[in-house]
Amino acid sequence: MSEDSDTSDTWTLPYRGRAGMVGLLFTETSFFAIFVVAYLYYVGKSTSGPKPAEVLLLPTPILASIALLSSSWTIVLAMRALRADATGRFARWWLVTFLLGASFLLLTAREWVRLIGHDGLTIATNLFGTTFYTLVGLHALHVTVGLTLIALVFVLTLRGYVDVRHAERTEMLSWYWHFVDGVWVIVFLTVYVVGR
Amino acid sequence: MGVLDRTVPAAEPVAEAPSLVTRLHGWVVTVDHKRLGIMYIVSGILFLLVAGSMATTIRLQLVVPNNHLVPPQVFNRLMTMHGTTMIFLVAIPILFGFGNYLIPLMLGARDLAFPRLNAFGFWLFLFGALLLYFSYLAGDGLSGAGSAPDVGWFAYAPLTERPFSRGSSTDYWILGIALAGIGTTATAINLLATAASMRCRGMTLGRMPLFVWLMLTSSAQLLIALPPLTAAQVMLLLDRFLGAHFFDTQAGGSAVLWQHFFWLFGHPEVYVLVLPAFGIASEIIPVFSRKPIFGYPVMVAASVGIGLISISVWAHHMFAVGMSPAANSFFIASSFMVAVPTGIKIFNWLATMWGGKIRFTTPMLFCIAFLFQFLCAGLTGVMLAVAPFNWQLTDSYFVVAHFHYVIVGAIVFNIFAGIYYWFPKMTGRMMSERLGRWHFWLMVIGFNLTFGPQHIAGMLGMPRRIYTYEAGRGWEIWNQLSTLGALFQAAAILVFAWNAIVSLRRGAVAGNDPWDAWTLEWSTTSPPPEYNFATLPEVRSRRPLWDLKHPDDPDGPYE
Amino acid sequence: MKLMRPMVIPPFGEEATLARLPCLAWFVGLRRARRLPPPLTPCTEHANGDHVHGASIFAPAGAPADAIQTLSLFVLAITGIIFVIVGGLMVYCLVRYRRRSDDDGREPPQVYGSNPVELAWTVVPIIIVFVLTTTAIRSTYEIQAAPPPPDSLQVRVVGHQWWWEFQYPALGVITANELHIPVSDPAHPTPTYLTLESADVAHSFWVPRLAGKTDVIPNRRNIMWLAPAQSGTYVGQCAEFCGTQHAKMLLRVVVHPADDFARWVQAQRQPAARNPGAEAGRQVFEATACVSCHAVRGTGASGTFGPDLTHLMSRETIGAGAAQNDLANLRDWVEDPNRLKPGVLMPAMQLTQPQLDQVVSYLASLR
Repeated sequence: MSEDSDTSDTWTLPYRGRAGMVGLLFTETSFFAIFVVAYLYYVGKSTSGPKPAEVLLLPTPILASIALLSSSWTIVLAMRALRADATGRFARWWLVTFLLGASFLLLTAREWVRLIGHDGLTIATNLFGTTFYTLVGLHALHVTVGLTLIALVFVLTLRGYVDVRHAERTEMLSWYWHFVDGVWVIVFLTVYVVGR
Repeated sequence: MGVLDRTVPAAEPVAEAPSLVTRLHGWVVTVDHKRLGIMYIVSGILFLLVAGSMATTIRLQLVVPNNHLVPPQVFNRLMTMHGTTMIFLVAIPILFGFGNYLIPLMLGARDLAFPRLNAFGFWLFLFGALLLYFSYLAGDGLSGAGSAPDVGWFAYAPLTERPFSRGSSTDYWILGIALAGIGTTATAINLLATAASMRCRGMTLGRMPLFVWLMLTSSAQLLIALPPLTAAQVMLLLDRFLGAHFFDTQAGGSAVLWQHFFWLFGHPEVYVLVLPAFGIASEIIPVFSRKPIFGYPVMVAASVGIGLISISVWAHHMFAVGMSPAANSFFIASSFMVAVPTGIKIFNWLATMWGGKIRFTTPMLFCIAFLFQFLCAGLTGVMLAVAPFNWQLTDSYFVVAHFHYVIVGAIVFNIFAGIYYWFPKMTGRMMSERLGRWHFWLMVIGFNLTFGPQHIAGMLGMPRRIYTYEAGRGWEIWNQLSTLGALFQAAAILVFAWNAIVSLRRGAVAGNDPWDAWTLEWSTTSPPPEYNFATLPEVRSRRPLWDLKHPDDPDGPYE
Repeated sequence: MKLMRPMVIPPFGEEATLARLPCLAWFVGLRRARRLPPPLTPCTEHANGDHVHGASIFAPAGAPADAIQTLSLFVLAITGIIFVIVGGLMVYCLVRYRRRSDDDGREPPQVYGSNPVELAWTVVPIIIVFVLTTTAIRSTYEIQAAPPPPDSLQVRVVGHQWWWEFQYPALGVITANELHIPVSDPAHPTPTYLTLESADVAHSFWVPRLAGKTDVIPNRRNIMWLAPAQSGTYVGQCAEFCGTQHAKMLLRVVVHPADDFARWVQAQRQPAARNPGAEAGRQVFEATACVSCHAVRGTGASGTFGPDLTHLMSRETIGAGAAQNDLANLRDWVEDPNRLKPGVLMPAMQLTQPQLDQVVSYLASLR
């Protein structure tokens, strides 16, 4: 915390972690936008190979979306618990968030196994394969990073190191998680709705 | 307010001077924004010397037609590495180095918001830089056909795809720049967070020095503009290693998509570079005219406006690509739009000097040259915004002349101004005015002699990035003048390096405020202590030291 | 087409440069190279009387270069006036408001801004910008959106690393590095429309005296047009960095009067001349790998990777402007193209001396 903000209530500035996270999410938005643009640009332009409508089946990604978007809700519940200094409740909702995120990754992995093994779609097959694996993979990478940090916080909570004093910092991680979920909405619409 | 009256008593003298190893270790593990700022600047200057020698070699190769100083393969590597180094490893680190050093001081803070992230950013930048240069040794790759990258600094696809770019040289370009870019992104986030959350009491956004505003706009632009480059580089890497087809034209991929992504980065990038340069001028010109900056609110608005509009102009680098007339027209309009706030700033600087008492110190001389040279650069930019004229001028030496007038004439000249101006603050010693003048005049003559004639060579049909040319095209005299200028510039840089080294040892002691300036960095010692200020200041106007020096006539009521 | 030789001894060229700057010569690494293409001095007479000029964008020889020049001069005038005014004000300011040696040390009046002044210098640039923008946009549409007249000549341009291929589909002609087109009378324009495609990487087609440049990009078809009003030979070169020999990817546009162009087309349509004295060379040519890259119409050679050689000797240069097209250079080229154009994609063919002589005399027969 800036040492100025507690000398008087007439000069308070935002928490620096918040400003930093906003900056990070701002730049990540720009980064993801480029991959979405590339995906949309190449829709329908593959010269050969499987087409999206042929190989993209909806049930798995819909299930994965439900898992991921629910985890946004559970992380909100976890943060409420932490702000109320209920570390036990926080730990439980935090774990549920992790499990929901992990199941998102598992479902994505299952879909990829089917696409590669059964449908013969790889990143090198055609433009659809190239853009699909890159966009979805980039998002999955961000989910993985988020899950790693969530797991880290979970372990620290179990060891008793996390309480209400860390609420603001932990909230920044939850903002990252919400961002990842928001990006998934865009990715889902791009790949499974518009691009199909 | 007695901030200036109280100083922390000097620490007890240490029993023995710390060893060289201890001192070096201190620099390696530092998270102090001042030290990291100096490290950024010094790294940038070292790379300036390297890339400058490349430029001199290029000029010697081109001094006469059909020259054989270097073969085409070497020339193409030289021109690629010259451009890549100057943009990513010279301009960015030096300007962000200044931002690093000055922003906490100007805002009355003790350090940046995230000191360890700051250190991480620097070392990642340096690692990326060294990785790029490692390509000279290891770019051969498995097929033995590599060395340093030779695809031009904009690395157009599909020249960069595997079939046309063998070996690993392009991979080093991608990885080195991507990593350095992530380091810079970290610094940009850091600067923005610092300005958001660490300003001293009374320092509203409207009282921040213009340098800070410009540095922040530049940082925000970088956050938007660098990801397209990183994304495109990731795509290229996937093409080259995993057989993806992003830019593989044989599989339906688009070469023009690379250009769009690249210029979506590339154009805002040049504003990322020029805005901090404007910021430096906006600090120096008022002090040596003895007047406040004319029209601060409009200067801020113009700067932010430039930052926003510049994101919409990118395809003016692509007028020859064959876009539709409608698309070309959009980019003509947006490019002209960005010219308006840019021109306004020149008038504001002029009005700052108008009615003042101009002192021609070395920093001011460099700023004055910047004004004239940037006027030229802006006007040749206006010419390039006219698409049909652009169809003749693009990819010729006219463009080379234009952008060097911006990057050297505006940015490098302001960097020199900034170094002469803040060297006393950073080191406690003044640089030599006499050597400074030699540096200045050699640089002005050399720079204009090198890049002025290139406008003409371009209009006579000389394309860019050619390692040689035939006799009889009428290009000889312009190339000869250009090379002569390069020798003057080389001499200027040597004088500057000498000045810096000698002044470190034997320069006059600077004191807190050698220039009689008005922003907060001049309120503390030279160099500042690690904690910057004994007590964090409180400000009531844009020029806190003016208020202190003129208690009967403070700035506040007039702003 | 006869071999065109300049009749004026060039004042520039390596030997001349070396003679003038002996001390510089060593320093900059000049070495003697042989028989480079004829330097394009400002007024080189050609055997058929056409003039070869430089490549200035301000010496247009037809549309659309002339329209571009008009617009450019207008823009230059406006920017020139701005430069003089603003630069003049700056000089005046620096002189008038410099600190005098007898300065009393007081600060000058502190002026923070002025709304009327700032408004004025915002409005005036906006007006100038508006004028320039609308003028530029109008010119852009006029040039780009010009519809092709029904009887315009269509040429397909294919950019290669590092040479130009020109196909005339309607006329059955394929040639390289020299684009022959008819002159266009401004009163009754007969423009030539070019379709630009690339076989490998991005290039750019630029002949400054005739038109602005248009990029040549793989997997993309660009279109441009030329309507030269004066006959002559106009030099241009690739203007998008395309690899090692980007610098030596020159092109020449030879503009013919109408009947002259018809004669050229007729000559180019003929299959390769059969010269009995060159039989041995033809057999060497067809037996070695030459035919896998090169085509010679009327023989078995039909490679498309390299330039069509059917009428090789009708061209002024070889290697896309790397060297003058004479026997000695031709021999050098076939023996090892890297000597004249280092990094070129054509390999040295490892021919014996007798084979070399035979192939060269065969090539020399392809008029």
